[in-house]
Amino acid sequence: MQTSDIAAFSIQAATASRGRTILTLLAMAIGVSSVILLISLGDSGRRYVMDQFASLGTNLLIVIPGRSETTGGPPPLLGETPRDLTLDDAIALKQSTAIRRVAPIIAGSAPISFKQLEREMIVLGSSADLFEARRLTMGQGSFLPPGDLDRGGNFCVIGSKGKTELFGNNQALGKWLRIGDRRFRVIGVLADTGVSLGEDLGEVVIIPVATAQSLFNRVSLFRIVVEAVNEDAVGRAKKAILSIIKARHEGEDDITVITQDAVLATFDKIFRTLTLTVGGIAAISLVVAGIMIMNIMLVAISNRRSEIGLLKALGAARSQIMGLFLTESALLSTAGAFFGFILAFSAMKLLAGFFPEYNLALVPWSPFIASGLALGTGIIFGVFPARRAAMLEPALSLSRR
Amino acid sequence: MIRLQQIQRVFQVGEEEVHALRDVDFGADKGEYIAIMGPSGSGKSTLLNILGLLDRPDDGTYELDGIMTTDLNDKEQANVRRHKIGFVFQFFHLVPRLTAEQNVELPLVLAGVDRAERKKRVVETLEAFGIGDRVKHRPDQLSGGQRQRVAIARATIMKPTVILADEHTGNLDRSSGNDVVEILEGLNNQGITLIMVTHDPELGKRARRRIKMVDGRIEEDKKNNQA
Ligand SMILES: Nc1ncnc2c1ncn2[C@@H]1O[C@H](COP(=O)(O)OP(=O)(O)OP(=O)(O)O)[C@@H](O)[C@H]1O
Ligand SMILES: [Mg+2]
Repeated sequence: MQTSDIAAFSIQAATASRGRTILTLLAMAIGVSSVILLISLGDSGRRYVMDQFASLGTNLLIVIPGRSETTGGPPPLLGETPRDLTLDDAIALKQSTAIRRVAPIIAGSAPISFKQLEREMIVLGSSADLFEARRLTMGQGSFLPPGDLDRGGNFCVIGSKGKTELFGNNQALGKWLRIGDRRFRVIGVLADTGVSLGEDLGEVVIIPVATAQSLFNRVSLFRIVVEAVNEDAVGRAKKAILSIIKARHEGEDDITVITQDAVLATFDKIFRTLTLTVGGIAAISLVVAGIMIMNIMLVAISNRRSEIGLLKALGAARSQIMGLFLTESALLSTAGAFFGFILAFSAMKLLAGFFPEYNLALVPWSPFIASGLALGTGIIFGVFPARRAAMLEPALSLSRR
Repeated sequence: MIRLQQIQRVFQVGEEEVHALRDVDFGADKGEYIAIMGPSGSGKSTLLNILGLLDRPDDGTYELDGIMTTDLNDKEQANVRRHKIGFVFQFFHLVPRLTAEQNVELPLVLAGVDRAERKKRVVETLEAFGIGDRVKHRPDQLSGGQRQRVAIARATIMKPTVILADEHTGNLDRSSGNDVVEILEGLNNQGITLIMVTHDPELGKRARRRIKMVDGRIEEDKKNNQA
């Protein structure tokens, strides 16, 4: 039998019973589209997070007090911090030639008020270096001025959202606001860059680190953000940080240095695992579709018993009957997968329209996923019915109508 | 050309064994015209199915055109059915979704014959059987007689050496039944062996050789000289 004839025969057989064909296509389309969609959403999420990290700068290192056993992993949730990180530790880091910028950070929350308006916001104590290290942009005014780390000052930089909450559309630059019981002059407003990795800098007030120490009555730093001179220097910078701090902490390795690529790799792994898991769960719906195909083929075969007997009488061998019915189920599942792909594609377009900032897109290999799944399902669940058809006794299947 | 020896066919129905064919010996030469008759359940259809390789005997041998068919595997048997045997059934067995033309074309499609060659042969055959104006009709748009003609056209398109017909007029009125029988007799006159099962004594009389089966055995085998 010629290939085009096999295809024509199977298409004619499948379209002769419209109801069952439509149902099968639907089941298959839903299964395939959910697999593609979920995998693609997971992948888009991964890319989004990766991009966010990359936009922070790949030369960054973060120094956290306390030692983590898994080198390069995230800091331990619990655990003692044997020795505090101090401002002098941060200043000492500047000795290394591998390090360009050092921004100590103290964080706390405090009531911020302007006139009768009051808001609870995050207060970051830091330095001028934070601006470049974190690639911040100013909306208005300027960032903290460079200068000695232990020199404080009663001025602040405010996030754009916080500015709107306190000042509305009025000018904030030059105004005095209150943090706790101290007064600070607004010297700059950050540009509105949206949420970046859950760290919403929109509702934050940044003040000189020394002032923050006295405001929160605490000398220990929350962390130190370090920028290496370039990407290749990150390794050297990490070694330098460890040895400088060790020397200052009486020979104790009591800090953790997180590098971007370690964090990136961890996130990458988490997201890939998540994506595959979710895709795998969606694949269960394909098993349902496959069982539907099998059921529908079995019904078709019992309805077409006499036709199968006839084909045998006309000279079709078992293998040929098997081929015809396998082709039919493979065609059904392939067509279903095709519609599933279209469905996933349009759904993704729609979602991307609603959430443009996430850069949603189907994974580039999704057509291959679709066709692989289709053929796999069609053949795995088609073999049993096709064998059943091939093994029918022709005399018996022709004897009754 | 056809040689059956010691054919046994036993069906297991629950606990019971039904002997549909017992020690059947049967031979036929090329071009014969044979009617198989006998009471219901005597094994006529079973014999015809074995002759047509639609059923395998439990014991015995069957030789067709010098081929020992009982030694062949499924694929080889299918090949013999395709090239040597044409079937005509009581219930026509046309594929309902296919047109008359496509039904007749089916054996050629299964055999992998070229499209152009197929079209030519289908048109010729349909014309020859007087249904050239019904090519695009589906079976449910045809009369019983027309359907059986389509079925005969399908049975002959591969130019078989033997045509097997099982009560092929059973679902037709007398006049269209006669037409169909005349078509088959015409084919027989061209040298095709014709073996038919019938309950109709009138039809039986037209055959040159009549076989009567009773209870799985050939009871009578008469040659009819005047026909
Ligand atoms: N597939 C089967 N399973 C069980 N028994 C069968 C089967 N096919 C035929 N038989 C039995 O074998 C015997 C012969 O059947 P067969 O169909 O050959 O009779 P027949 O002569 O063609 O009868 P009729 O004139 O009614 O068509 C019957 O007793 C029948 O019940
Ligand atoms: Mg019968």
